[in-house]
Amino acid sequence: MANIHEDGLKYLEEFATRIREKVVETLLEAGSGHSAGPLGMADMFSALYFHILNHNPKKPNWSDRDRLILSNGHICPVQYVTLAYAGYFPVEELKTLRKINSRLQGHPHRGSLPGVETTSGPLGSGLSQALGVALAAELDKKKYWTYCIASDGEHQEGNFWEAVMFAGKHKFLNIILIVDRNNIQISGYTEKVMPLEPLRAKYEAFNWHVLEIDGHNIEDFIDAVSEAKAIYEKPTVIIAHTIPGKGVSFMERDYLWHGKPPDKDEANAALKELRTLGDKIQSEY
Amino acid sequence: MLNEKLRINKKILENDFEKKPIRDGFGEGLVAAGEENKNVVALCADLMESTRTEAFAKKFPERFFEVGVAEQNMATIAAGLGISGKIPFISSYAIFSPGRNYEQIRTTICYNDSNVKIVGAHAGISVGPDGATHQATEDIAVMRALPNMKVVVPCDALEAKKATIAAAKVWGPVYIRLGRAKSAVVTTEETPFRFGKAELLWHPTHGRQITKPDVLIVGCGTLIHNSILAAKELESDKINVSVLNVHTIKPLDEHAILNHAGRAVAVVVVEEHQIAGGLGGAVAELLARALPMPMEFIGIRDTFGESGQPRELIEKYGMGVGDIKEAVRKAMKRKGIV
Repeated sequence: MANIHEDGLKYLEEFATRIREKVVETLLEAGSGHSAGPLGMADMFSALYFHILNHNPKKPNWSDRDRLILSNGHICPVQYVTLAYAGYFPVEELKTLRKINSRLQGHPHRGSLPGVETTSGPLGSGLSQALGVALAAELDKKKYWTYCIASDGEHQEGNFWEAVMFAGKHKFLNIILIVDRNNIQISGYTEKVMPLEPLRAKYEAFNWHVLEIDGHNIEDFIDAVSEAKAIYEKPTVIIAHTIPGKGVSFMERDYLWHGKPPDKDEANAALKELRTLGDKIQSEY
Repeated sequence: MLNEKLRINKKILENDFEKKPIRDGFGEGLVAAGEENKNVVALCADLMESTRTEAFAKKFPERFFEVGVAEQNMATIAAGLGISGKIPFISSYAIFSPGRNYEQIRTTICYNDSNVKIVGAHAGISVGPDGATHQATEDIAVMRALPNMKVVVPCDALEAKKATIAAAKVWGPVYIRLGRAKSAVVTTEETPFRFGKAELLWHPTHGRQITKPDVLIVGCGTLIHNSILAAKELESDKINVSVLNVHTIKPLDEHAILNHAGRAVAVVVVEEHQIAGGLGGAVAELLARALPMPMEFIGIRDTFGESGQPRELIEKYGMGVGDIKEAVRKAMKRKGIV
């Protein structure tokens, strides 16, 4: 499929790397926060905010905008960086993450920062909020799409499956669920902590349409979103297989990087690795 | 005597007063709110009949959502609706909502500042035969501690109807607490209801002249009736009592409470809730700061309830008319009166 031309795709891929760099810088400055998830989701955030979403950073409350509900609020550094680059607030403000008097709370707070649609952090509650937003769209006969990003680990919450069940009942809603299947959670690998597999079969049993993609392949992701919009007899979940810590070799696939930031040396090593990827990006740092 | 300006139902002083479940008033109020504003929607967790959302569901089927036995999902779906211009009312038994879904209410409704109204039916010990598992006696404490949350405890079906209509018009999260049992209809259609404003239902009189009270009873919910009966009986013992109906516990009508407490020597708080953290706590926090005076508390004393008839339970757990009179005397004794 060709839902994006080659130049556009290259731009999104390069932007994903810029997002990763800024995530590393922002986490170093914050001194606490989560590294693996934000780096793993950078490709999809680049695609969402610079290609897929119908949004206007100058009018963050525009009533017809597409909504992105971030259920796993702990990966907010990647959303904050992307929002800043998209023009929702000054990039400089990223330095205030997790600090006193900041609009950039450790976990997202609706009302503090433009572009943040819901308060999140406590896991398992994002999909049902997204369903509420999508129900409102249906009641108001609005055409916007509601996207929900959820982690794999939060599928261990009961609230999550209550929402999955509800979506199987209200199947005509304009909603797309994106699951970050990175196989890690704070204390280990998901399949050791509490196995989620067979995840695809679980969704199918709940009456969902399931698409599985490589979460770092932006073209595949854009195609999957396009297909999800065409499937209107069922809600669609895109299970995006991602590498936690993607782009920083010593963080990749290591669950110990779920919930900690890099120190100065680690950040320098990470930035060096990210910046030399084909010499594509000149850092402003 | 009953405050004539408020058009209180005089029959409540006799034996043949009208009784009606408070939740019926919610059901009627929800339909009225739905008629007034098309953005009012309702969600239910498999308790449509018990919580009286049936009439709304029949009248506005496209605005009614059955979520099944899933209170956490109900709260969070409502949170999404509430940030998208809708005014969702979610109803279940109070023990499940706001009981089971407390964290969802905190994060996705209160901190999210979503315009959701939480209706907890079957609150208090007078739930009766279902027993302690279904008797929510801690819900006021939990809800009033939440930033952004407002808390209303109607005293009868009519007040519940008015509170429901008012809640739809007040921006932000509101918790409305309802009892299960048929209870006295204390107010009338003409009785005013102002969100956040307490009303003095009973004042002591000498002949036709309103006099100074010895004790102010501050009450809410189902026990307002017992409070008025206690005030009437104490009158014949020459003890002067006022009864203030604080249906809105948050925001608390500090002005009215200080004004009426200032005329009395002591305060007795009456509620069908744990003494810890309920209306009594709210009033104590105010008086300790602004007007320290002796207080006594009628409520549940750090224990679970049990099965029984509502009236039996109210008596056994120390919330009967006799208990209220005793608390008034005790409060006066502490000031050296009686």
